[in-house]
Amino acid sequence: MLRFVLTRVSLVIPTFIGITLLAFFLIRLVPGDPIETMAGERGIDPARHEQLRKEFGFDKPLLSQYGVYITRVLHGDLGKSIVTRENVSTEFAALFPATIELAVCAILFALIIGLPAGILAAVKRNSIFDHGVMGVSLAGYSMPIFWWGLLLILLFSVQLGLTPVSGRIAVQYFIEPTTGFLLIDSLLAGDFDAFKSALSHLILPAIVLGTVPLAVIARMTRSAMLEVLGEDYIRTARAKGLAPIRVVAMHALRNALIPVVTVIGLQVGVLFTGAILTETIFSWPGVGKWLIEAISRRDYPVLQGGTLLIGVVVMSVNLLVDLLYGLINPRIRHH
Amino acid sequence: MKKKLLLAALSASALMTAAPLSAKTLIYCSEGSPENFAPSVNTTGTSFDANTQIYDTIVQFERGGTKVQPSLAEKWDISADGTAYTFHLRKGVKWHNTNRSFKPTRDFNADDFIFTIERQWKESNPFFKVTSSNHSYFNDMGMPKLLKSVEKVDDYTVKITLTQPEAPFLSDLAMQYASIQSKEYADAMLKAGTPEKIDQDPIGTGPFYLVQYQKDSIIRYKAFPDYWAGKAKIDDLIFSITPDASVRWAKLQKGECHVMPYPNPADLDAMKKDANVQILEQPGLNIGYLAYNTQKKPFDDVRVRKAMNMAIDKKAIVDAVFLGSGIPAVNPIPPTMWSYNETIKDDPFDPAAAKKALADAGYPNGMEIDLWAMPVQRPYNPNAKRIAELMQADLAKIGVKAEIKSFEWGEYRKRMQAGEHQTGMLGWTGDNGDPDNFLHTLLGCDSAKTNGSNVAKFCYQPFEELVVKAKTVTDQAEREKLYRQAQVIFKEQSPWFTIAHAVQLKPVRKEVKDFLLSPFGRHTFYGVDIN
Repeated sequence: MLRFVLTRVSLVIPTFIGITLLAFFLIRLVPGDPIETMAGERGIDPARHEQLRKEFGFDKPLLSQYGVYITRVLHGDLGKSIVTRENVSTEFAALFPATIELAVCAILFALIIGLPAGILAAVKRNSIFDHGVMGVSLAGYSMPIFWWGLLLILLFSVQLGLTPVSGRIAVQYFIEPTTGFLLIDSLLAGDFDAFKSALSHLILPAIVLGTVPLAVIARMTRSAMLEVLGEDYIRTARAKGLAPIRVVAMHALRNALIPVVTVIGLQVGVLFTGAILTETIFSWPGVGKWLIEAISRRDYPVLQGGTLLIGVVVMSVNLLVDLLYGLINPRIRHH
Repeated sequence: MKKKLLLAALSASALMTAAPLSAKTLIYCSEGSPENFAPSVNTTGTSFDANTQIYDTIVQFERGGTKVQPSLAEKWDISADGTAYTFHLRKGVKWHNTNRSFKPTRDFNADDFIFTIERQWKESNPFFKVTSSNHSYFNDMGMPKLLKSVEKVDDYTVKITLTQPEAPFLSDLAMQYASIQSKEYADAMLKAGTPEKIDQDPIGTGPFYLVQYQKDSIIRYKAFPDYWAGKAKIDDLIFSITPDASVRWAKLQKGECHVMPYPNPADLDAMKKDANVQILEQPGLNIGYLAYNTQKKPFDDVRVRKAMNMAIDKKAIVDAVFLGSGIPAVNPIPPTMWSYNETIKDDPFDPAAAKKALADAGYPNGMEIDLWAMPVQRPYNPNAKRIAELMQADLAKIGVKAEIKSFEWGEYRKRMQAGEHQTGMLGWTGDNGDPDNFLHTLLGCDSAKTNGSNVAKFCYQPFEELVVKAKTVTDQAEREKLYRQAQVIFKEQSPWFTIAHAVQLKPVRKEVKDFLLSPFGRHTFYGVDIN
């Protein structure tokens, strides 16, 4: 087991280096320079341009810039945003809880709907319900997030007035961030109304962000269940006269869940990608929106630092899933 | 308990947004987060909007206009030669005393004014590099070259001497980059080893003080009860940061915000039909144009430029691309600016005459040119590429084959400034409301050199003499005459095809009273009331 853990952990190091390389060089391949971008219509005097390049360290050869960057990263310094002049890690820490809160709610939504839907679709294979679930999940998977989000806002917020349009909490609630998770902070502050407001603000973005994972989970659960339901031991269980619900819930689901858990782990990456758009539509103050803005302003330190930190989070989650998986399934760790 | 929580949370009433605030609260759905709270290094309107609530300037633009009026300076004297300005500062102006780590012990005085200038001007000032050494607007307005000395005469009098007379100087000081910061606060933070705090946790003398800022989420202000001009009519001001225009509109409809900037042109019809919303509009201080490179063939010939002007259907472009949010431009300055010459007639749209003029200039079989279109949406031009296509079609009718070109935005502007184009679109948004900021900055010989803002590379002595003279004369009527004449020469010489002035449209809920549009596109909430 120790060897398995060590192998998995050692794989993280090259991935980490890969992310820093990609984040560093890809953004520099994009045409445009941050100083020019800041300058607007008037442009910038070449002498001052040069002076600023020097100040930011952009005048050095790329490789040496990368060297400086990596050395700083290893010392825990991700640099300062070119635009706000705030530490990248400080900004990330302030915005990340919002993304986590949204992502957790989205994945919960996906699980609560996706798992039962997948199971039922498998059990009632080829029924109208099965076709319905698969059709809807295919639609959900292919839905452009931007369009889907606006559609929900127009229907539920503007037409029906059931949910707030955007943001994390109604403006009258003034909750000082303690954990950064508003659902928790509002309860800690003992303000139940604020909690309700935060929850109501989460509904639409969580649905929008959870739609793609929901579709994936439903489809994956269905196919895994179908495979398991065809196994000999299920037939044996049925032949023994076990109640159908027991066969499905106890015997089949347990084994079917293994691939589903892996898929859920992989959805973490998908959630971050989705968060970029979802956060923009719902004015959700998380890291996705932060990165989008950094791209348009060519804010190199923010992009590098943000990508790296998100990369680390995704890697950690996947590593955790890998390790858990090894723990559950002995065949994997002995491979 | 858990069950109770869940039930309450899921009940329909809980899903409704909470009850309205008790105090007079105005919510503005802003389009983004400010860079920081250091106006001296800010470059975006978004940042200036966030800062203008907190800070004052020495002189200010009147609400809803471009006229300069007293602010922290009660009055000023200008020497006869126009190079010395003596400012008499207002007494009893209080600093916000709401900061956790600093309590001001004195009122605003000359030290603060001088500190604000020196932190942008003198590299030796300990705050020159704090937050950023890139004091864009201070440099762009030519201050380093213009300022000779800034002296404290006494605690409430400051004398500024210039190297040359500069008529727009007062307007320059009304701009946001010149927002007054506290020297006492700066000194205290320097001593504490956290100088950057003055730009993150700001205190000013303005009508609102900052309560909370959460990036990408919210800025909370409260009315400053000791504001020198009297407390604001609203109690709370909230910037609810909402980057998507459609979502801003949805929030405005629901009453989740009261004022929103930059509506989607496609939503305008629905906005006009909404009984709770009124749309304020005003031609902005801007111009979108197509510049002819007057130092390159064939556009060094005024006849070719005139032919081009007559070949393009301006009205069709404005109708198709600006969708009611633009007015066709005749002059290089917008009609709301003083000295605008309304007697000038635009070149008519007349393809036949254009074709003839082109033949007279020696191009009877037409010609091939390039036509640059910027890759981004700008306040004065919502869709340059579409405009380029319409122009291309018009020009083809007189035998001019235009090839549309574009680059990444920063690169685009740089190459235009280097004069690589034959014709190209660009535009301008006014900084200080002075015609000099358009006519000299965009069309003077100084800025026609490489890297200058004069992308038509237009340097024409009769025009130059007028706009340079107008810079040094302090008599407004005399200046007006000079600028009116300059516009006549501009039209004769046609270095640009003037496209349009974008109209500023501001959907505002009807309960909002006395909100005035700023020609600079700023959003200020002092003087605004809400029912």
